[in-house]
Amino acid sequence: MSGQSTYVPKWGIAKWMDSRLPLPRLVYDSFIAYPTPRNLNYMWTFGGILSLMLVVQIVTGVVLAMHYTPNATMAFNSVESIMRDVEYGWLMRYLHSNGASFFFIAVYLHMFRSLYYGSYKAPREVLWILGVILFLLMMATAFMGYVLPWGQMSFWGATVITNLFSAFPIVGETIVTFLWGGYSVDNPTLNRFFSLHFLLPFMIAGVTILHVWALHVTGQNNPTGVEVKSYAKDTVPFTPYATVKDSFAMVAFLAVYAYFVFYIPNYLGHADNYIQANPAVTPAHIVPEWYFLPFYAILRAVPDKLGGVLLMFAAIAVLAILPWLDTSKVRSMSYRPLARQCFWAFCVTSVMLGWLGSRPAEGIYVTLSQVFTALYFAYFLIALPLLGLFETPKKLPGSIAESVLGKSAGGSGAMVGAAAASEPNTKG
Amino acid sequence: MNFLRTTLAAAALALASAGVLIAPAHAAGGETKPPAYDWTFNGPFGTFDRAQLQRGYKVYREVCSACHAMSLVRFRNLSQPGGPEFSEAQIRALAAEFKIQDGPNEQGEMFERPGRPADAFPKPFPNEQAARAANNGAYPYDLSVMAKARNYERGFPLFLLDILTQYQEGGPDYIKALLTGYEDPPAGVELQPGQNWNKYKPGNIFSMPNVLNDGQVEYPKGVDGKPQVPETARQYAADVTTFLMWAAEPHMEARKRIGFQTLVFLILFAGLLYFTKKKIWGRLPDHAPSGAH
Amino acid sequence: MIDNRRGRTVAEANATQAGDPTRRDMLFLATGAMGAVGVAALAVPFVRQLAPNAQTVAAGAPIEVDLTPVAEGQGIKLFWRGKLVFVRHRTKAEIDEAAKVTVASLPDPQPDSARVKPGKEQFLVVYGICTHLGCVPMGTAPGEGRGDFNGWFCPCHGSHYDTAGRIRKGPAPKNLEIPPYAFLSDSKIRIG
Repeated sequence: MSGQSTYVPKWGIAKWMDSRLPLPRLVYDSFIAYPTPRNLNYMWTFGGILSLMLVVQIVTGVVLAMHYTPNATMAFNSVESIMRDVEYGWLMRYLHSNGASFFFIAVYLHMFRSLYYGSYKAPREVLWILGVILFLLMMATAFMGYVLPWGQMSFWGATVITNLFSAFPIVGETIVTFLWGGYSVDNPTLNRFFSLHFLLPFMIAGVTILHVWALHVTGQNNPTGVEVKSYAKDTVPFTPYATVKDSFAMVAFLAVYAYFVFYIPNYLGHADNYIQANPAVTPAHIVPEWYFLPFYAILRAVPDKLGGVLLMFAAIAVLAILPWLDTSKVRSMSYRPLARQCFWAFCVTSVMLGWLGSRPAEGIYVTLSQVFTALYFAYFLIALPLLGLFETPKKLPGSIAESVLGKSAGGSGAMVGAAAASEPNTKG
Repeated sequence: MNFLRTTLAAAALALASAGVLIAPAHAAGGETKPPAYDWTFNGPFGTFDRAQLQRGYKVYREVCSACHAMSLVRFRNLSQPGGPEFSEAQIRALAAEFKIQDGPNEQGEMFERPGRPADAFPKPFPNEQAARAANNGAYPYDLSVMAKARNYERGFPLFLLDILTQYQEGGPDYIKALLTGYEDPPAGVELQPGQNWNKYKPGNIFSMPNVLNDGQVEYPKGVDGKPQVPETARQYAADVTTFLMWAAEPHMEARKRIGFQTLVFLILFAGLLYFTKKKIWGRLPDHAPSGAH
Repeated sequence: MIDNRRGRTVAEANATQAGDPTRRDMLFLATGAMGAVGVAALAVPFVRQLAPNAQTVAAGAPIEVDLTPVAEGQGIKLFWRGKLVFVRHRTKAEIDEAAKVTVASLPDPQPDSARVKPGKEQFLVVYGICTHLGCVPMGTAPGEGRGDFNGWFCPCHGSHYDTAGRIRKGPAPKNLEIPPYAFLSDSKIRIG
C-alpha cells in the first residue's frame, strides 16, 4: 500500500493478532487511513457501488440457487415457483435480474470515468487491465445467468452466442459442441452454465481484490490527473471522508435500483423470456440484454461471419492495450480540449451502437453500424495516439490542493505537521 | 466543473443505453398499437379489483379454459392476499369442480379424484400434439404468464418516459386489444379456414377465433337483481385480462407496497447521509464552500 | 475563518477532529440508526425465504387413510408432510401388555390411554422416527425384529420401543411422537 503503515494496535489482543496475521492492519491501512485525493468527484464512487452490487448479486444469487432447478424440463417452472411460492422469492429474483443491469450501469460509468480522466495511464496500466478482465468476467457471468430461466431469449441467446465460436476455422465446430455438451443447446448446456454462473462471481471477487490491491499501490487518480504531491495537503483519510461520501452515493444508487426492482421490474428484460424455451420456434427479433448491444452491433456490422466475431472480440481487446495507445502526457480530459470533444463523440458512438444493436440487421441499420463501428475503433486507434502528439493541453494546476482551493493555497502553503506521512513514495 | 457535465452526460448515457436500446426488442408489435387502457393496477399504487379478478376467473373458467391451460396457477392461489381472494370454502368448491388425475394407488393404477386447493388448474389437453390436433394445428398457449410474455414496441421517446410513468402494462393492453380487435378482413384478403382477422395481431392473421360474445358469461347479480357490470364482450375482455395480469404477477400488490416503503426509507436515508457527508467534509479547515466535493 | 486556518493541513485538522465531542451529534446518530434499521429490515426477506414455500405448505394438507386393509397384528407405513407415519393394528395381547406397565417406571412416563383414541385402542398411530437421532425403527413390516418389548427396535443406536411406541431401553429420550389425527369413522382416519 502507499506509504508506511500508520496502524498502531491499541489493545493487547490487537497487538497479539498484529504480529501473527495483521488483518486489522490491512483493513486500517486500506479503508481507514488510506489517503484519497481530496478533489474526487462523485464519478469516483462507482468503485464502491460496484463492490456493493457484487455482494448483492452473490447474496441474492446464492438464495436463488437454493430454489432453482438446473434442468431443461424444470428450470422455467422452478423460476416461476420462486416468483410465486417462495416467500419473498419474487423480490430475490427481481433483485438479481435487475441487479445484473445495474451492475453494468455502474461498470460502464466507472469505465467512462476512467476514459475521461485518463485513469488507465501510467502507472495504472495493470489496474486498468485487471478492470478489463473484470468486465469480461462480468459479461460471461451475465450471459450464462440469462440462460438459466430457460425462456425463449435464454435459449436463443445461448444458441446465437455459442455459435459465435463456430466461426473459427477447423476447431470451431468442436469448440461449440464442447460448449454445448451435445449437438444443440440442451440440458447439458444448461447444467454447465449453471455451474459456471455460480463459479464466475467468485472469480470476479478474486480479481476485484487484485484490482483494489493495484489501486492501493498506485493511489487513485483524480479529476485533475495531477498526482498527489503532498499527503498532508492533497489528500484526506479514506475514513470518514470517502466512506461517508461513498455511502451516500451507494444509497442514492440503491434508490434508483429499488425503483426498477419494485415498480418496473421487467422494463429491462424481454417479454419473450416469459415464454418457455422452444427449440422449434425462434423469436422474431433475437436481441441480447441491453449491456451487450453495442458489441452485438459491431458483430453484425461485418458481413463476414469470422470477421464479425473477430471484430467484436477486438472491440474489447483494444481496451486492454489502451494505456499504450494514448500518447498524451496529460491524463485528464478536462485539460485536453480536442481529446474531450473526441471523448464525447465516443460516448455518442457507444450509445448509437447500442441502439443499432437493438435494430434488425437490415438496410440503413447495417450501414450505420459500419460507420459507428469505424468511429469506435478510430477513437482508440487514431484519435488517442495522434492527439497526444498534436494537441496543446491547457495549463495543469500545480497540485490537487491548488485546484481545490485556488492558487494561494496550493503552491506555497506551509507544509508543517504530519510531515512523517506527507511524502509520497510510490507516486508515479 | 467538468465532473458535473461528465456525471450528467454519463447518467444520460446510462439511461439511454439502459432503456432505449431494449424497447425495440419487445417483439409483439402489431400493425395497430393497442391503446393504453385505464387499469386499476396501473402506476405505483395500483391494485387489483377483487370483484374484477373473480369475474375474470369465471370468464377464464367458462371460456378460455376450454383450450388454454394455466398450469402454473393453483386453486389455493385464488384465496391468497392480493389476488381474487375467494374464501377458503369457495376455493375448495372451485377445485372440487374438476377431476384431477392422481396415483398410482396400491394396485398401481392411476385414478381420478376431486380437485384440492393445492392442485394446479388442470390442462385441457394432455400435450401439445393433442392441443394442436384439436385446434387446426394451432397451439393454444399456456396463459400462466401470458400477461408478461407479450408486449409491443413503444418507440422513441415513449419508452424513456415509461421509466417515469411506470408503464408496465404493454402485455395486458395488447391482450385486451387483441380480444376485442376482431374485424372483417379488408376487401381482397381471402382468409383460409381457421384464420381470423385481428386488427392488433402482428400480421393480422390470428388462429384464435373471437370467443367473447355479449351475454355469454353470467355475472353475479347486485341487490337489484341486475349484474353489477355490463355482461358485454368488452367487459369480459377487461376482466379476464386483469385476471391474467394477476396470474402472471400474483405478488404485484405486495411488490408495490414494499417498494413504496423501501423507496421512502432509501430517500430519507440518502438525505441523512448527504447532510452527514456535508458536515464531515465541512470540518476540513480549508474547506472550499463551492469546491469539487 | 477559512483564511485563519489556512496554515493547518487537512490531515492535521482531521487529527484534532477525532477528539471533538460534537462528533457524535444527533445527525450522526440518526444516520447510524437508520442504517442499522435498514440492515435489519433487509435481513427479513433473506431469512423468510428459507421457510417452506407455499406449495410445500399446501401439499402438507391433511390426508385421509382407510385402515380396513390393515389386519390385526399388522402395520402400515405412510407419509404425511414428508414424515414417515406408522399405523399398527394391535392385538388384544399387545394392548394389554401396553396397559399393564407401571407408568412411573418408564423413561418418558405416559399411560397407554394417552397414546390412542378412546374406543379405538387397537390402532396406534405414531411417527416412524426414532426420537434419538431420527432413524426409522424396525418392526412395522412383517418379519422385522420388534425389539425386546415387542414394539419397535431402532437399529441405528439400539433403542427399544414397546407396543404403545414408548421408549423402554436405549438412548432415545422420548416416546415415539404422535401426529395430529382423528377418526372419521371406525376404519378411517384423517392425519393432519
